[in-house]
Amino acid sequence: MKLADLPALTIADLQTLLRRGEVSPTDVLKALRARIEKVDLTLDAYLSLDFETAVKEAEKTDVNLPLGGVPIAIKDIINVAGQPCTCASKILGNYRSPYDATVIRNLRAAGAIPLGKTNMDEFAMGSSTENSGFKPTRNPWDLSRVPGGSSGGSAAAVAADAAFGAFGTDTGGSIRQPAALSGVVGVKPTYGRVSRFGVTAFASSLDQVGSLTKTVRDAAMLMRAISGPDPQDSTSLNEPVADYVAALDRDLRGVRLGLPKEYLIEGIDSQVKSAMDAAVKHFGSLGAEIVDVSLPHTEYGVAVYYFVATAEASANLARFDGVRYGHRAENPRDLLDHYGRTREEGFGAEVKRRIILGTYVLSSGYYDAYYIRAQKVRELIRQDFANAFQKVDAIISPTSPVPAFKLGERTSDPLQMYLADVFTIPANLAGICGVSLPCGFAKVDGKQLPIGLQLLGKPLDEGRIFQIANAYEQSTDWHKQKPPIQ
Amino acid sequence: MPDTSGIDVGYVAKLARLNLSDEETQLFQKQLGDVLQYADKLRQIDVSHVEALAHAIPVFNVFREDEPRDWFTAEEALSNAPRQANNLFIVTKVVE
Repeated sequence: MKLADLPALTIADLQTLLRRGEVSPTDVLKALRARIEKVDLTLDAYLSLDFETAVKEAEKTDVNLPLGGVPIAIKDIINVAGQPCTCASKILGNYRSPYDATVIRNLRAAGAIPLGKTNMDEFAMGSSTENSGFKPTRNPWDLSRVPGGSSGGSAAAVAADAAFGAFGTDTGGSIRQPAALSGVVGVKPTYGRVSRFGVTAFASSLDQVGSLTKTVRDAAMLMRAISGPDPQDSTSLNEPVADYVAALDRDLRGVRLGLPKEYLIEGIDSQVKSAMDAAVKHFGSLGAEIVDVSLPHTEYGVAVYYFVATAEASANLARFDGVRYGHRAENPRDLLDHYGRTREEGFGAEVKRRIILGTYVLSSGYYDAYYIRAQKVRELIRQDFANAFQKVDAIISPTSPVPAFKLGERTSDPLQMYLADVFTIPANLAGICGVSLPCGFAKVDGKQLPIGLQLLGKPLDEGRIFQIANAYEQSTDWHKQKPPIQ
Repeated sequence: MPDTSGIDVGYVAKLARLNLSDEETQLFQKQLGDVLQYADKLRQIDVSHVEALAHAIPVFNVFREDEPRDWFTAEEALSNAPRQANNLFIVTKVVE
């Protein structure tokens, strides 16, 4: 195989070549580097790249390890020792991680090589990657459009074969939505399945790390490597991790899929709706039983999310005070001036907006009315899912109501941007797992834009949704389509 | 729920130790007003018999052994400090 053809491979296929000794881990890095240098000037998927360190690690790696010799891109919110970790914020412009996040330690133990920090919305706040403090990332299917967000750099890199796989974080859809808009597979695991230690906190009760990959099998491989309990994250769940890969190939006979009526909202794109309808039919033909279910509190998800997530963010982002790390304002008059200007200069508009909203909903006199009420409605959303999962094994819906939108199209109206996450937010609020995978294309302005299908599973039932997703993927060829970028 | 037009962005910004320009204050006043108005729908729901959810999957009493282990050296802890001297962070004056 020619080196130039390597970057298009899946992780599973790359691994076969590595283990047969047909290519070496350093060959793989060389080929990937050439691909990145070719496409990333256009895409802007990466914020930083350190090939030299990666090559040194590649020379030592054991290809017989579960991910031996496979380079993986990392969202710039996950700490990789010695590398920048900016969270796409100017306030962390010069920050270098003094340590590895637990997911990175796990990844290295599995033989993988972290390569490159990917672009994102600042502190993961956004749905388009336009809120990056440094540059927007472009969608490889149509360069005038966004890749989704906040893990847009990871999604675009995988879609354009500029990464074999990547990690992102998902607080309200930040892995699944960009996966859908960029045409890749994105996983949000059960809350607590993956350690958050070393992952810069946005909303601590919602954040989870997950994978973006070309196939469901690759997702199962990456998620198996990073999942599990961590003594350094007291919210991580002390439960065994199933062998996701071994369970992939079971068929769908007897599987019950729930179709929630609330997901057919007004404003859903007609091409997204027809792709969904076709996918549901396809699942039926694979032997799955389709069952109508109801999630009556779905319409409140976005409102609950913007109180809970901003409240937690306003507290988490208090640490960016210019004292121990990060940007510090010059010549402050006094301490209040130091804090006020450091944060004014360091944070972008969306982060400021969310700090204000979060501080407001937590402030005296409003806490019960907004924050506590939101947490109560959140419990109702969790109960909706628990009730539905008594009847079905997984729930199916579109990932995003619309395909990729144009750069700049939604930036002036934050509420419209928030509504992009209407189908993904409930899973974070309920703590359940979800996966988005390609299920078709919309034709818009003569371009093909990917459409994503979301499967939601019970807590800790990742293996089941991977199995269902794999059966769909392997009997369709949406995942084999490549974007026009060359 | 309180009157949603009542958000005083300038006051909240002070609480958040975040300076805003006049333009930002005005813009956020309008945008956050819209968000609060949208979120007003939460008032429609009867939550009188619902427990607030703190964590999606309940986890209680997580303990580990309290043992010393290697962690950052002072030098590593200071590696990102905006200002430092003598193995200490230099901070803005806090007393008169």
